[in-house]
Parts: sequence; structure tokens; C-alpha cells
Amino acid sequence: MFLLCASGESVKVFSTATEECLHALQGHTDLITGVLLRPSNHLQAYSCSLDGTVRLWDFTDGILIRTYSIGYPIYGIYASAKHEGVIFIITPMHTDTNSELFQLVAVHLPQCGEQLVEAKELSAVLSNISSNPAASAFGREGQYIVSAKPLQLEVYFFKKHKSYSFFLKKDNQKGGKNTFTCITCHPTEDCIASGHEDGKIRLWRNFNHRKEYTYSTLHWHHSAVSSLRFTPEGTNLLSGGVESVLVQWRYNQESQRDFLPRLGGAITHISVSPDGALFCTSHSDNKITIIQSCVKVSAVIQGLVKGDRIRTDLMIEPRSKALVLNGKPGHLQFYSLQRDKLLYNLDIVQQEYIHESGLEQFEVVMAAFDASGSWLATVEERKQKAPELELNLKLWAFDDQKQSFVLNTTISAPHEGRITALCFPHVSDGQTTMLVSTSRDGHFKAWQLAAPAHTEDEGPSWSCDFLGAYHSLVPECCCFSADSSLLAVGFQEVVTVWTPASWELLTTLSQPPGAVRDLCFGRLSCSKYLLGATTSRLLCCWNLLTCSLEWVTSMDVSLLLADPLSENMAAFCFEAGSTDLFVFKPGEPRPLFSHKALCSGRVTHAVFVPREVMLESCDEASQWLNCSHLYFLTQSMDLLTFITKAEEDKLTASSKQLVVSDDVAMTPFHLLLGKHRDQLENPQAESRLSVEPIRQPSSSAGINELLQMPAHVLPSASFLCSMFVQSLLISVNKPSEQNKEKEEEMESEKEEEDSDGEMESRISRPEHMPSGESGCAAPALTKEEVRELRRLKKLDHSWMKGLLD
Amino acid sequence: MGEFVVHRVRFFDYMPSAIRAMAFNGSTQRLAVARGDGAVEIFNFADNYFQEKVIPGRSDRAIEALCWVRGRLFSAGLSGEIIEYDLEKLRPRYSVEAYGGPIWTISSNSQETLLGVGCEDGTVKMFEILEERIQFQRNLDRQKGRIISLSWHPSGAQIAAGMIDMIRIFDAETGHATHRLLVERGVGTTRNTEVVVWSVAFLSNDTVISGDSAGKVQIWDAVTGTLIRNHLITKWDVLGLAVSQDESSVIAGTSEGTVVQFQALASTMGQENNQWVRTRTFKNHTHDVRALVHTDTAVVSGGMDTQLVVRPLLDKVEKNTQESALRKILFPHKSLVCCARKAGLLLFQFPDHLELWRLGESSAKGQAGDRLPVMKNPEKLIQLQNKGEDHICCSAVSPCGSWVAFSTVSSVRLYKLQLSNGNISIKKVSKLPKELHSVHQLCFSSDSSRLFASSAQASVVVASLDQLQCKHLHTAFSAFLSFPGSSQPIHLLSASENGNWLAAANTDGQIHVFNLHKLKLHCTLPVYSSCPTAIAIHPTTGHLLSAHADQQIFEFSLKLKEYTAWSRSLQREGLHPLWLQRDTPITHIAFNRNKPAHVFLHDAFMFCIIDQSLPLPQARKKLYNQMDLKTISPQKRMQESHAFKICKMFQHLLSIHLLDDSSLVVVERPLADIVSQLPPPVRQKKFAT
Repeated sequence: MFLLCASGESVKVFSTATEECLHALQGHTDLITGVLLRPSNHLQAYSCSLDGTVRLWDFTDGILIRTYSIGYPIYGIYASAKHEGVIFIITPMHTDTNSELFQLVAVHLPQCGEQLVEAKELSAVLSNISSNPAASAFGREGQYIVSAKPLQLEVYFFKKHKSYSFFLKKDNQKGGKNTFTCITCHPTEDCIASGHEDGKIRLWRNFNHRKEYTYSTLHWHHSAVSSLRFTPEGTNLLSGGVESVLVQWRYNQESQRDFLPRLGGAITHISVSPDGALFCTSHSDNKITIIQSCVKVSAVIQGLVKGDRIRTDLMIEPRSKALVLNGKPGHLQFYSLQRDKLLYNLDIVQQEYIHESGLEQFEVVMAAFDASGSWLATVEERKQKAPELELNLKLWAFDDQKQSFVLNTTISAPHEGRITALCFPHVSDGQTTMLVSTSRDGHFKAWQLAAPAHTEDEGPSWSCDFLGAYHSLVPECCCFSADSSLLAVGFQEVVTVWTPASWELLTTLSQPPGAVRDLCFGRLSCSKYLLGATTSRLLCCWNLLTCSLEWVTSMDVSLLLADPLSENMAAFCFEAGSTDLFVFKPGEPRPLFSHKALCSGRVTHAVFVPREVMLESCDEASQWLNCSHLYFLTQSMDLLTFITKAEEDKLTASSKQLVVSDDVAMTPFHLLLGKHRDQLENPQAESRLSVEPIRQPSSSAGINELLQMPAHVLPSASFLCSMFVQSLLISVNKPSEQNKEKEEEMESEKEEEDSDGEMESRISRPEHMPSGESGCAAPALTKEEVRELRRLKKLDHSWMKGLLD
Repeated sequence: MGEFVVHRVRFFDYMPSAIRAMAFNGSTQRLAVARGDGAVEIFNFADNYFQEKVIPGRSDRAIEALCWVRGRLFSAGLSGEIIEYDLEKLRPRYSVEAYGGPIWTISSNSQETLLGVGCEDGTVKMFEILEERIQFQRNLDRQKGRIISLSWHPSGAQIAAGMIDMIRIFDAETGHATHRLLVERGVGTTRNTEVVVWSVAFLSNDTVISGDSAGKVQIWDAVTGTLIRNHLITKWDVLGLAVSQDESSVIAGTSEGTVVQFQALASTMGQENNQWVRTRTFKNHTHDVRALVHTDTAVVSGGMDTQLVVRPLLDKVEKNTQESALRKILFPHKSLVCCARKAGLLLFQFPDHLELWRLGESSAKGQAGDRLPVMKNPEKLIQLQNKGEDHICCSAVSPCGSWVAFSTVSSVRLYKLQLSNGNISIKKVSKLPKELHSVHQLCFSSDSSRLFASSAQASVVVASLDQLQCKHLHTAFSAFLSFPGSSQPIHLLSASENGNWLAAANTDGQIHVFNLHKLKLHCTLPVYSSCPTAIAIHPTTGHLLSAHADQQIFEFSLKLKEYTAWSRSLQREGLHPLWLQRDTPITHIAFNRNKPAHVFLHDAFMFCIIDQSLPLPQARKKLYNQMDLKTISPQKRMQESHAFKICKMFQHLLSIHLLDDSSLVVVERPLADIVSQLPPPVRQKKFAT
């Protein structure tokens, strides 16, 4: 079974069995707004995009079959088996893209075999409709199309060329909002289900009468219904909303319903497989849940969990090297950067999260790991207003048996004010036994791990060891030196340096005006330096041996970061609406690397991730990346990183994707970002999902198909052999017309006779797949890549041979 | 408009009785409503839902079901009797004992030849409907368990009976049961309690629809006896069902106070495979919906919360018209309060007793809008308990406060009252003329020397009163008999201030004026199509003012025997649309002695003074402009002001009277007070509570 999911500029094909992303259909140049199975061929799918094209894909193999150029941004796509060769798209009414008015347009797809076809036969069906693709739907057997405006339902009957409109009042008596949010039609009966802002679902009937139409109301959701779907037989209606509960209503027995609660984030879309065996929900927290029709979760495809906002720093768990940050509400997520996969969520708050807007609930605001990864400290708080602030400091110990963190100590109300910083000392050997927290109440506290005084069976727990203050100033940040012999605490304008051994105030450093925002000790050879960023746009470097200011430079540093494996430090500076990055060594005032206008907005979260294998790069500009990756989170919640040129080459080769970029150092981390960015920037982006017969994921589709084909339907071995050899030959100068011919042939055969055509096409596919790809990507293909491809082919072949023998 | 000292009376503990049963007669557009106290009210849906007639109840009469047969009204109840009502004399005509224990239901076949009743002992008894009476015909097969509900097949060949845990279908010819439809019990803890089929409906396509105490509405095939569809609509009981005339829609009333509509709709367009689909839900009640009627254009429902709700079906009526407005009928359309305007006494009428109150007093003076401190609290002087089972149908107190009269269906009682320095003595007048035995309306002359009563024989009885005896003076029979078909009861009486005239109106819309000196008919007003709801004779000009159920107002000069110029101009220019849209009738008209041009009117939600000297409001102008007038300059105020001065300060008005000392008595009955006296509604889980 396959699952198609529009994700940024590509459509991802997942396997419903393994949850793995098999491949991404790439080709669109703008956000994809809709994916749709071709009604006449369930192995093909249409996708539409804001770039003004509709593309037809063979999604089992990831081949782009045809591109229809429409010329206008497309916001949604619909098709019906009744309307052969016609698709319906949502485009803006006027050519200027800022227009708020949209129309539903029927597009007659030309039947020629060219790769790029311009579809010119457009005819408007409904005008002035909503751009939300969920607000329009085809009715029973494609006889009518339904579209919902905010307070109006319009039904257009194709046979009679007549449309009926039904209006709702803006608000009902109880203050509920009647605005339409989504719509779906019963597959076999004349019934339209509409979801509304106030959580009601209305079932409309008799809508071919202007007056005697009628509707019944179902109400379970307390907030807006975001998606509605009938099962293919029409026996059930599925609905979902912000409650993250999938509700299954029995059609005509609406008082009976089944619930699937606690699915995670708010449900944004529901999709049902054509055979009705699987349901699929996509969630606002970057998750897809695959659900069996008995309302049981069977698989979860989870990307980087997208929370409401990230309040913790980005952290690296020292043991698994996983990225740790806020995930689900009240949780920390452990995310493997290497595998682009969520490892697990750690429940910090340990309270049921209630999906209701405006409700104050506990949030994880701060977390810190010690150097060995055996301790995790978290801070959760509730209520933004200071007087009613509820704070909890929790310390978690790593349990080797469970391979997870278990709660060791809960300190309720550790401080009277909000905690501003949390810091473990860097102890390279042995156990960490100290934690420092600073708070707005004017104190910083040191917490000590100690064995309990009078109980035997309990293990050691944490308790307060020292309470420090400085002239009743508010501490904003704290930092341990590399050898943990010094603790620097920034009290507004004053930096105080303490020795944790005896808790003596050693010295104070000050560079008024402007409070210290960020403090950082240098590492390795530069450990004598202490760097501080102040609110008065200064970056100061103190030499701790002389207790004097080494240098100062004027920059608005929003984040200061030290690479744990080298002397390098990274400073993100906010300058004129965008962020610049400087990488430098504290000893030298000259930056090693600088990148202006990295992204718009402030960067407040970043982390150095140590590499598993050190790079031996000689390029001066990328030398600082030898030890660690630098990941940072932009204001639009994109997670970005820097890679070196060599890595980029490797990446593009492995994904067979060509990045045409002059930018040497920075490339968006595509695999991670595609989906993430899409959902952030375009909450309305359609990620319609669908499913297909089961197929193993494999590196070479052609061979796989051969292997899976039953022996009795295979053509003779000699025929196959020649095909194979042909498929492995790569002809760079092969004219592309030949490909098109082949494809045409394939198409016509398919239409004539399904099973035969299918087989034929499968056999012919290995031959033209690589060439087709090279054809479309020919201008950008370099010699190196050709070599790479050839190498891959050789590998496949030998493996195949081994199997056959 | 003038300023008045207002007695805001809220101590009238009027409590309407719960609605138990309803029946609608489509040909005459009359709705009969049976209340919990045994009273039957007749509403005329063709005439703005006016409550034409009230048949007073009896304390031992519990009506369970009503049935119209060709304009005849039958009721059956737990007393085990079938009662036919005399709609002209407003009393039961006769009652027939069914000998089957309490009767739960009554239903006539569509040919209107047979009346079936369902009894406690498990029998369905057939009564033949004869011209003047009904006669027992036979029993159908006796079943175990009571018969709760009955419904005839439109052909009259079959009858479905709802029972405990099952529905039986009888062949009406042979009297044998042909099918037994077992109704499933509720789930969970209700599994052990038997399910009561509260209501059944038999449709012409052999479909039986049932509503039961497990909250289900079930659709059955009566040919095969199988369940077609099950709709669970409430956790509590489905108490009533009603089917539209064309059998395309069914409504079900539940204990939650909701009315759920089901419609037979084609699942795919252009095909005939109609399915019963739950469509709309109306929530207009807080308590049980006990009785339901599905008219062609509206859903009429009533129940424990005593309100009669007419909810138009918006797909059947024009939108935004008078017809499409929701109506709630809360209060009776006749006044239950009588005021002795010279003595400052109020007489409140309850079903089984009367209360006489003296108004409070205040000596303080204040600005407009001030609340004056009460120096002397209102005081209940007398509570007159009615003896016997019959309920009081009308009552009156004389303007001087020395006479109190009331009537039941069987007798009239007259009391002489003496109030002197806190001593109250009451004396019953024992010898009443024999014509005064059953009256519909009572009225005293303004000098308290005469008592007028409209008797059951469609005539007015005039009796003169002196100090201690009540001498029979005159009986005015002949006047009404000259008009064909007007044996309808007289429901309004009004004597003129000077004692010259007496006006009387009946439910046919006829208004007659009698000369009290000559004791003969003076004139008859032209009959207007809508029933008069209040009439009054002007004390100085001698004009008769009448308000009608369709909110029209007429003024008739008794001297010239024609409509006055003001009335003609009112008809010519038409009343303001907002005035016509009001949904409660004018129940009282009074005049201000000091300002002859002022007419006082009120309905349940507003109080209006019509200044006949001012121009009539234009249709496009604002009707309720009292607040606006206050803010604009005096010159402009003259231009803007019009004849209708409307005050909406007092709501849920039962009565407004103008005392002789020019203070107003406003009797209000806030809805919250009524609701607080109702039993608690069924407990419902509300989301987020």
C-alpha cells in the first residue's frame, strides 16, 4: 500500500506497512497544493502546485509521466471517473495572485503524448469560491460538485447546468459560528456532509430543491471540524478537528459513533484508502497516523514534532547524539538527525494535555543535559503572569536498563520567579553532582546530588546546596568554564565569577551599559576567555587571567554558542531584519567564517552537533565544520544546517537529486525540511494521502518488479535478458523523442487492455526510467554523476545475477 | 403620554397547567389543547392562533388523549370515561364509561365512523360514532398489559397499538391481532426496565413508526412485521409522535424538551426509494414534550413547561413573514385579573379559588422612573375557595369593591363584601335568579348596581343588585337568536360608564350593543372576520372600541351607528407593520377620564396608549419611538410623535388597569417565577459543565 503526501515542493510516497518514505516525486517548483489519484488509472496520480502546473505521476516508480501547464497558480484539484479527461482546479479569478477571489475551472487535458503539454481548454464552473481545497467536493458519481463559501453552500449539477445555493445565518442563538470549514459527499447517496466552525456537522439532503432542502445536525466536536470523509461504501463518516480525536459516525445511525482519541496534534486532513481498509490522518504536529478501519492505529509516520513554539534550547543528547527540543505539549522529543526520524518522546509534565484554546497548561520551558548524558534537568511552568507562576524543576536519571530517562527528583517551586538559565558543569570524568539555576527572583541556586540522610532504600536525590545573589540584581544567564572550575553568572550589567568548590565570589566583570544577555566560556586553548553578549549590542571578550577586557566589538548578538570539540564559537547577530552568522575563535578577532543575511528574523536556537567522523577538510571556509555540524532554528521554525561542498556532492548523488546552487556553504537540509517548512508556511497546504497495493521498497524498481512478477506471466528469458542489458546501458546521446514514443505506446496499450498493458509497461519501464530521468535532467547532469549512476547500476546488476544463479 | 403612579403587581401566583394532549382539526383549523387540570382550550389557527374557548377543568378529570371527529371533540382519560364536549356551552355534553379501567389513548379512523380507545386492562374498545352520542361496538382481542397508544391505518382496516415492550397490529374487521412487534429494551441499566411504546403512527404505505421510553424512534414494516430502521434520539423517553398530512414528515417529542423531525427522503435523486432520515431538531421546551401536532406548515408542541409552541417549518412557509415567526403561547387570551377601580382591590382567579388583594400605598413623590417606597404593603383580604370539583371559569369584582361573583360550569356564586376599618365581612347571596346558573362571562356596571352575565344559552342576563338581596330584573334572550348559527358563547362583556350601554361579543365575531334603559338591542356592529379580543365603550363620546385577534382596531359610534372617522382613517392608512406582527392579542381596553383622546391597550408584552388626536404612524417610521422622542428637541418631537405610544417596560403582562385616582395597576407574571415552580427537568449532561 502506498500513501501519497504532498510535502513542500515534492510528493512523498510512503509505504503504509513500513512507514518508510519510499521516494519523493520531485519536479514542482512551488508549493504542492493537492494530490489526487487518477480516477481512470489507480497507479497514477495527479499533483497540482502553485507553480501553475498539474503533473501526472506514476507514483509506484516515481516517474513523472506528463506535465500540464495551466499558467495560473492552482490551489486545489478534483477529478471524477464520470468526467473522463477533465480535471477541475481552483485558480484565482484574476491573474494577479493577490486576489481573494477564486474560481473552479474545468480543464480538458489534451491527449497528446508530449512530456510538457499546455492545457488551454479552460471553462469556469463555479466562481467566487473558497481557496480551501477541503471546501469543495464531487458528489455522487460526479453528478454534481459542491463548494462552500463561508456561509453559503453551492451545488452545481452538471447535467442540468444549474446551481443551487443554500445560506446559513452568521451566528445561531447560542453564539456558535456557522461558517463552513470543510465538505464531503456521500459516495452512493445524495447527501452532503459539511463541517462548521462551531464543531457541528450538517448532513444536507434534498438539495435539488430550492426550498425543501433539509439538513440534520451532528454535534460532537467542540471546535471547528477540519476534515470530513466518507468511507468508500458510505457506511461511515469520519471527522476530525483540533481535539485530535477521530470520530467515526455510522451513516444513518448517527447516535452511534466510535472515537479514536489522543492522536497527537490537531487533525488537519483525513484520507481513506480506495478499498476502505485504511484511514489516514495528518496532524498539525507533522505526523501522519495510519488507522485500520476497525479504528485502531496501525502505523505512525512522524517527522520532527512541530510544537506551538520551541522554548527549550536545542540540545544534543550525549549518548544517542539525538537532537532534543520541545515536541508534543509537555514532552521533549528526541530526534535522530542522522536518520531524520523521531526516536521517542519523553513525557516531562506527565499530565493529560487538553486540546482547548486559551487553557493554561504546563509547558516544558527549559532543559539541560550533563556532559555524560546521565542526567537531564527540566523546568516546566504554568501561567504567564508572574504572581500565579507554577514552577517545577525535575531531574531525570538515565536508566541503562530501560534505555531511557526516569524521574529522580521533582522540586516544586525551586525559585520564586521564572527560571532564566539552567546549567550543568562540564565534568569529563565521573558523575555530575551539581546543577545551577538562575531565576528572576534575584537568586541563583546550586543543586547538589546527595544521598538521603535517613532512608536506606532510596537512591540519591537532588537538593539545594547553595543560594547566591549579587546586589539583588536579576541573573539572566550562567555558564561553567570548560574545566568547571569557574561559574560565570550574569547579573544584568555585571558578570560575576564564582568558584563552585567553595562558592566564593572571585571577581566581577562589567561593561556597562546594557545587561549581559548571553555568556560563554571559550574551549580548549581559549578557555581563559569569557565571552558575553549584552543588550547594548556589544560582544565582549574578557581574559580571565588578567580579569580585563580583551576586546569588544559592536554587534547585536542574539545567540552565542561554543563548539564543544574546538575553540570555535558561533555568534548569531541580528542586523537589519535578518541574522548574520560569525564563526570565530575567542583568541583571534578575525572571523573564520561569516555569512550575511542567513535568514530573516532572529535566530534564538542553535546547536553544535559533534560529528561521528572528523572531516579532513582543507577548504579554509569550511574548516570550522570539521568537528561539528551547526544546526539552527529560524524564526519560521525551519531547522537548517551547514554542509561542506563534499558532503553536498555526496548528498545529491545518493538522492539522485541535483542541486543547482552557487551557494557553496549553505544548503537547506532538504530531507528534514521539506515537510516541516511546508506545514509552517502554508497551514492550508493540501497533503492528501492515498494508498496503493503493497510493494517492497527497493533501490531499483525495475529489478524488483521483475522479481515480483509471477513466473507464468513473464515473457521468455531471452526477451527479458535483452531488455535487461538494454536497461543497464546508459546512452547519454539517446534522443528523447524515442522515449516519448515509448511512453505513448505504453499509454495506448494501457487503455486498450489493462492487464497486458500493465505488464508491458512494467517491462519497458526499466529501460526508459533512467534514460527518462537523464533526459529531463540532462542539462544539469555532470560527468561525475553519470559515473555515479553507472556505478550504481553495476552494483544492482551483480546482485541480481547472484540471485538468479 | 403622561405620567402615572404604577402599582407593579407581582404577587399573582398564576401557574398555568401542563399540556397533556393536543388534537388538531385541519378542516376548521382548530387546535384543542388538554391541560393537566382537565381544562380544554380551543385555539383558532386561522385567526392568529387566538384562544377562542376554554372549557374549564375538573379536579378529578385527567385527560390523556383528545380526538376530533368532524368538529366534535372527544377526550379520554384516566377516569375511564370518554367525554364529548359541547363547544357552544363550553362544558362536557355527556360522558360514556368504557369499563376498561383508565383509558390511555383515543383515536378515530379516517372514515370517522369508529372511535378506538386503549384501556389499562389490555383491550382496545371500539365505539360507533352516532349523531348525538357514541355507542360501544366491540372489543378487539384482549392483550396482556395496557394499551398505551393507538393508530389507525388510513384505510381503517388495521389498527396498531403500542403496549409495554411491544406493538400489536390488529385487523379491525376481525378484531384479531395479526402481528406482534417486539420493541427492544434500552441498553445498560435500563435493560431491566420495560419499555413503553408511548406513541405509534400507522402510515398508508404499511409503515408503522413508534416512539418508546428507551428513546428510540423505530420504523417498522407492518406487512412483514420487521424493523426497518432504528433511530436513537434521546437518552430518555420519546413521548409523542405526529405525522404530517402527506406522510412525508414525522416529528417526535422527547423528555429532553426537543422535537426531532424525520423526513422521508429519496436517498438518490429522482428515485422513489424513500428513507426516513432524521433531519431537524427543535429545542423550544425545557421539559417533557407531551403533545405534538404536525400541521401543514408548522410543528406545534406542548408539554410540562406549559407553553404552546408553534414552530413554522421554514421550507413550507415564506421566509421573513408573519407566518414564519416562532410563536410561544404562554398566557390565556382572557384576563384572569379583575380590578375594583374605585376601591383599589384586585381579584385574581385561580382554577379552584379566588384571591382578593388590596393594593399597597405609597405617600412618597418622585421623578419619572423612580421607585417609590411602599408605605403599606399589599394585603390579601380574602381567599374564596370554590366548593365542588368544577373549576372556576369566570369571576368579577364590582368597581366599588363590595360585590364579588364567580361562576363554574354548574353554578354562579355572588358575595357581598364589607370592608370597614380593617374588618372584612363576606356574605353569600343565597337566592340568585334561576337564569344565573351557568355563565361564561361576568361583569358589573360601573355604579355596581347591576350584574351582567353571558349565559350558556347565548344570551345576556342582567340582574340588579341592592344592599342585601339580588332581585331578578331582566333576561335578554331574544337578541342573539335572530342571527343564524350564532349560538357561540359570548366571551366579552363591557358596560358603559354611564350605564346606558352594554356591549357583548361572541366568538363568531358578532358584537351587539344593548340599551340598558330600554333593555333591548340597540345595534349590531358589522361582523369582522377576526374574533374580537377586547371591547370597551368610551365614557364620554360613547364610541365602542374593539380590538381583534388579527391586531386590527375599530371604533364604532353608537349614536350614529357607524364607524367613526378615526376608525376609517386607521383602516385607510393601515396599521404599522410592527403592530401587526405582534403575536399576543390585546386583552384589555380602558380609557382615561381626564384625557378623553387617550385609549389604553395592552397585550402580554407591551402597554400602549393611543392618542387619537395625533397622526397615525407611517409604515416606514419607527413604531417604538418613545426613547428617541426623549432625546430630540420639543419642536421636532411634535413632528415625530404619532398616535401609538408604546411602553415595553413591563413584560409578561397579565393585566393593566387604570384606577380612579389615575394610577396604573400593572400585573406581571415573570416567566422565571413560573419556571421555578415547574418540576425539575430531566438531568442532561452539558458539555463543559
